[in-house]
Amino acid sequence: MTPLFAHGETMVWLTGGALALCLLMIVGLVVLVIGFGGGTFWPAPVVRVETLDGSVCMGEVTRDEGYRPERSLLEGVPADALDRTWAAIREGGGEAKRRLVRTGNFDLEGTHFRWIADYAVKDETRPEWALVIERLSWGRFYGEPKAFLVDGKPVAEAPADVWRAFEERHAEVRDRYEERRRLEREEIGDINRKIEEARLELRRTEIRRGKDSPEWKRQQAETERSAAELNAAFRAVRERIDALNRENARYELALVTAKGAEKTIPLAEVVRAYPSNRLGFGEKLGVYVARWGEYIWDEPREANSEGGVFPAIFGTVAMTLIMAVFVVPFGVLAALYLREYARAGPIVSVVRIAINNLAGVPSIVFGVFGLGFFCYIIGGGIDGLFYGERLPNPTFGTGGLLWASLTLALLTLPVVIVATEEALAAVPRSMREGSFACGASKWQTIRRIVLPRAMPGIMTGTILAIARGAGEVAPLMLVGAVKLAPELPVDGHFPFVHAERSFMHLGFHIYDLGFQSQNSEAAKPMVYTTTLLLIGIILVLNFVAVAVRTRLRRRLEGVLPQARTHA
Amino acid sequence: MIEESVRRGEKPAQRPVVAGFVSADEPVGPRAARPPSGLFDAVERGLPFETTVHDELRSCRAEVEIESFDLWYGAKQALFGITMSIPNGAVTALIGPSGCGKSTLLRSVNRMNDLILSVRCGGEMRLSGDSIYSKDTDVIELRKRIGMVFQKPNPFPMSIFENVVYPLRVDGVRDRHTLDEVCEKSLRGAGLWEEVKDRLKESGLSLSGGQQQRLCIARAIAGDPEMLLLDEPCSALDPIATGRIEDLIGELKGRYTILIVTHNMQQASRTSDYTAFMYLGRLVEFGPTGNIFLNPRLRETEDYVTGRFG
Repeated sequence: MTPLFAHGETMVWLTGGALALCLLMIVGLVVLVIGFGGGTFWPAPVVRVETLDGSVCMGEVTRDEGYRPERSLLEGVPADALDRTWAAIREGGGEAKRRLVRTGNFDLEGTHFRWIADYAVKDETRPEWALVIERLSWGRFYGEPKAFLVDGKPVAEAPADVWRAFEERHAEVRDRYEERRRLEREEIGDINRKIEEARLELRRTEIRRGKDSPEWKRQQAETERSAAELNAAFRAVRERIDALNRENARYELALVTAKGAEKTIPLAEVVRAYPSNRLGFGEKLGVYVARWGEYIWDEPREANSEGGVFPAIFGTVAMTLIMAVFVVPFGVLAALYLREYARAGPIVSVVRIAINNLAGVPSIVFGVFGLGFFCYIIGGGIDGLFYGERLPNPTFGTGGLLWASLTLALLTLPVVIVATEEALAAVPRSMREGSFACGASKWQTIRRIVLPRAMPGIMTGTILAIARGAGEVAPLMLVGAVKLAPELPVDGHFPFVHAERSFMHLGFHIYDLGFQSQNSEAAKPMVYTTTLLLIGIILVLNFVAVAVRTRLRRRLEGVLPQARTHA
Repeated sequence: MIEESVRRGEKPAQRPVVAGFVSADEPVGPRAARPPSGLFDAVERGLPFETTVHDELRSCRAEVEIESFDLWYGAKQALFGITMSIPNGAVTALIGPSGCGKSTLLRSVNRMNDLILSVRCGGEMRLSGDSIYSKDTDVIELRKRIGMVFQKPNPFPMSIFENVVYPLRVDGVRDRHTLDEVCEKSLRGAGLWEEVKDRLKESGLSLSGGQQQRLCIARAIAGDPEMLLLDEPCSALDPIATGRIEDLIGELKGRYTILIVTHNMQQASRTSDYTAFMYLGRLVEFGPTGNIFLNPRLRETEDYVTGRFG
């Protein structure tokens, strides 16, 4: 009989097994992320739990786990419950179960979560009118409606009436709140910017002409006059804001917590409220979708553990695109020289080895280099030349979107060069010869024959670079990614794109939420959703690049788009 | 090395047998007048020898004149003192066993060997009197005067139209009317117009192998060259496509001077006016195709064209 290995069967199993293992790990990771990330925003029922020691709490169950209870913990348990407890623990193989309940009401109780052991539960109900309230500050609030107050006077007392009144008023209160935010951001922002510009203008004159020079004095008088105007404008805007605030302050929601404490929450503070236990599937879906919408399009609140991540999405996409804009032309040009023009020899070999080694340099080293070279040397130089009046506040001389993109471009350069070189080498010799024989010069051959033919391979390099660059975090910490960026790098003010601004990044956001958050239990689900989002964005970017590559490849294989429509 | 010595060892043993066969069965006739010249032995030993050129060639007007042309790949010499005149307006075939330098000689005419870094050459080559290898020759201008078709069809990854007008594109021609005109004329010249006139926008790679090769011929003649170099143009094609290309060579004859490398004796005898037989980097015999195939001067040439060797 032929030995088994002669058939090659063993290799089939080995290779197939390796592939299966890879798939299992990838699918496992994706399922984990989707499972946890996808479920975060689904509204959970609100439970009201009374424990054996007499305390009461209300909130959403976030997770449960088994644990081995200490004997001393069970001492306080009444005798009749003790037997039941031991029976349950024995049944669980010596493990007791406990649940983590998100109780919220941080302003009243100083904690967001509470562990409740199953054996300690005396009574558990789902109060029909328990409200989940997402607030602008202090996190979530769980309570039952008591009254709806207008100008401090209750206009509704029954839960159903209170809820109806709330639904009626909440939208307009939120609109007023948004209007107030807009005024603060745009109008007051405008005024502040003008004041800052006047100050910089004065400072510029001081640097150029010297203090107490006639120009400076004239400028100072000018500044003072405009400051007075701006102050008046500021007061006018302020008044409008105050009026909005006053109107909003009239509406309040009075609630009572499970412990019986009363709390009055101004309606403007409420981002979203819903009676979780009354919701049908459709309404829950509505809340779910609305939360995702907020998550994707809004700014973060509460140390990033609530609200949205729009600035981080924007920062990630902008950074990746700017990186691609820099790295692809540079990488392709460098690879062209290496492959097409450079005469093969020891120097080219050394350069090639150096490029390959560059791919293995730890990314944090690139971050340090980016900080030292881009931020401090180049950025500092730009500041000294063009933004002298703003010093000592750095403009370009600190981390920012541009420097982060350049650092990542440097980081991903080897990937692009190596992929492009391989793509160029794969262009058949006969193509080049055919072109040369037609009297084409080297550059014409490269531009008309070699590059189009190598384009799918170059796209592969770009895809790899994008995937690597978009997911990179470590160097960004040094060159411009921040926990919370006050402004987007793109806005309506000249020059519209502010590449020197620091930015938020989804990868850094994950790190910040997962490891730097004060409310880590609340932040944990957000880590999953952010991961899901980051993977999704990289997927979309890659998908676009793959689609372009497929199109190019199909054209090379001889099926032009026109030909397909004919057939 | 072993093969080499075996081959060398066999040849002296074979030759007397062949000679005996010829002298026994054909005591009279022209063949008996051609004893083995011992030329291959001389070539293998590196001794100098004289190329046999038939008298018919002396009266021809030459398109390309080659004088004592040598070529080295690094340290290895590939062409040894080639001297020949390629007649104007005719088809000249280069034949010879693999590795004899036919393709190298063909590619020397439009300096395609420049692309290989290790190549050095000596001697002289002239295209219509203009030196090919002098320092101030513009290679790009030279290549525009010579069209070339390769062993494997190599259409570019672009539309049929763009493939044909490529030589004009690299010259910067943009006038649509001119391009259309040249495209049609070249495709007609290559006998491809009727087949592709409705799908000029399709990729050149969507054509069959034979069509691709004719597309390459159309591309080679689009730049209106003086000369065509065909490097085994049918070796990757089936017999029907080969037949079409051969017919096409017949039609192009007269308009262009054609130099063709082929491994196929029938093809050489069918398509060419003159044939040059090469062996180990030397030009052995050069004469009108009829003479070379039916009445060669050298016994070695006869052995090769009749398939007794090579």
